[in-house]
Amino acid sequence: MAETETLRRTPLYDVHVAHGGKMVPFAGYDMPVQFEGVKPEHLWTRAHAGLFDVSHMGPCFLFLKGGLGTADGHQKIAALLERLVPSNIAGLKPGQGRLSVLLNDQGGILDDLIITRMPGEGLDGMLYIVVNGAVKAQDWALIEETLEGEAVLQRADDRMLIALQGPEAEAVIVKHFPEAADLSFMRCAYVEKGEEKFMVSRSGYTGEDGFEMLLPDNHAGHAIVEALLSDERVKPIGLGARDSLRLEAGLCLYGHDMDASRDPIEADLGWVIQKSRRERADFPGAARILGAIASGPAEKRVGIQPLERAPAREGTEIHLDGAHVGMVTSGGFGPSVDRPIAMGYVRTDLAVPGTKIDLMVRGKARPAEVCDLPFVQPNYKR
Amino acid sequence: MSTYFTEDHEWIVVDGDVGTVGITKYAAEQLGDVVFVEVPEAGASFGKGDDMAVVESVKAASDVYAPVGGEVTAGNDALADAPETVNEDPEGKGWFCKIKLSNAGELDGLMNADAYKSFCEGL
Repeated sequence: MAETETLRRTPLYDVHVAHGGKMVPFAGYDMPVQFEGVKPEHLWTRAHAGLFDVSHMGPCFLFLKGGLGTADGHQKIAALLERLVPSNIAGLKPGQGRLSVLLNDQGGILDDLIITRMPGEGLDGMLYIVVNGAVKAQDWALIEETLEGEAVLQRADDRMLIALQGPEAEAVIVKHFPEAADLSFMRCAYVEKGEEKFMVSRSGYTGEDGFEMLLPDNHAGHAIVEALLSDERVKPIGLGARDSLRLEAGLCLYGHDMDASRDPIEADLGWVIQKSRRERADFPGAARILGAIASGPAEKRVGIQPLERAPAREGTEIHLDGAHVGMVTSGGFGPSVDRPIAMGYVRTDLAVPGTKIDLMVRGKARPAEVCDLPFVQPNYKR
Repeated sequence: MSTYFTEDHEWIVVDGDVGTVGITKYAAEQLGDVVFVEVPEAGASFGKGDDMAVVESVKAASDVYAPVGGEVTAGNDALADAPETVNEDPEGKGWFCKIKLSNAGELDGLMNADAYKSFCEGL
């Protein structure tokens, strides 16, 4: 009971309960794990449009102190944030977003995050950043400490962060945000309607086309959520299906598929480090990370295809000829592919699709093989 | 034949000294779509309350406990290829295994259908 009392609620808590959501603790919030069931919700999202409340996450804005809206505002704020991430932030076009990782001094991954350059005139020097809910307090503290006196971070997790995902998402969202139709993958619009301000980006965590919206927790914001949910193409989707959808899409879950003990190369996220940053070697842990690029990491994140019907869950040991060679970090059942799927880390020499391995499920060796990710091809609008 | 229920949502139908065991309709609904079932093989022995089988939904794996002690005389091998049977007919074709009871007295601690119904209503 004590745990329940300290759980936070998102602005949509009552809406979840009204829709029959089964509520569970997640990242310090009381969140819906499912509504009608993980499998039907998963399949609905791939066929139509699913609405996800991700207000537990950490949206925020980062402002350049003195110099917002000036010609070199973006270059200055980008240079500041690039002290903490290995991606090319300076090269972002207005309204463009990019996945990156927050690194510690050893090159370990403190979080993954989406960094977007604000679109529109007068907003150069302002970034929109979304970090993970479970680690948002420490992420924000690190950014504030590192950039103290030079940039100001404004939390936006008192608002609603909503994802609308699936092939019918665009047709649904344009009634509320016509500008969404013009966005391509990882592009963002800043929408002002009277006093109200909204962020709409073409992004998500399902492998489907879709959008993420930052909405005010007021009548205007709730009216949009209510209208989206009353659309017959849309159903509310819980965290259970969010997890199975992202696993099929081969996307990492922080704290499971990567953490501070892993660098981006082991996590197979080397693509977030653009060439210009590799050449400059000016990010935290650059020596370790560039070394891992040059000589290969000891272990690498891979897709894992169990060859029998038993799912292999997180923590399942991976063996080869009886020897421990890795660990499953996410695993379960993929409703769209209709078979068990997993990802995890294996010794780099085994990180080749087709390599036979054993998954130690409840003490029994179950055959599996290393495979490419994702398990379902993404449906992004490029 | 008498049917008994546990607080962990297993059922057992006893005929002579052999009981057929499965999970209840309530449990199947709570789990959602069952994607994998591991049932014990004939010859395996369990004490009352031991982990006896595993049932997995998309979300998670759950243990199924032996409602009474005894030796397994048959496992329902049909569930390996058709785990959805557990959702479709949990208290019929979705049975997990048959157990030869080692101590019929262990049935005394279990609930009858009415008591189990009240138990679920209180959850």
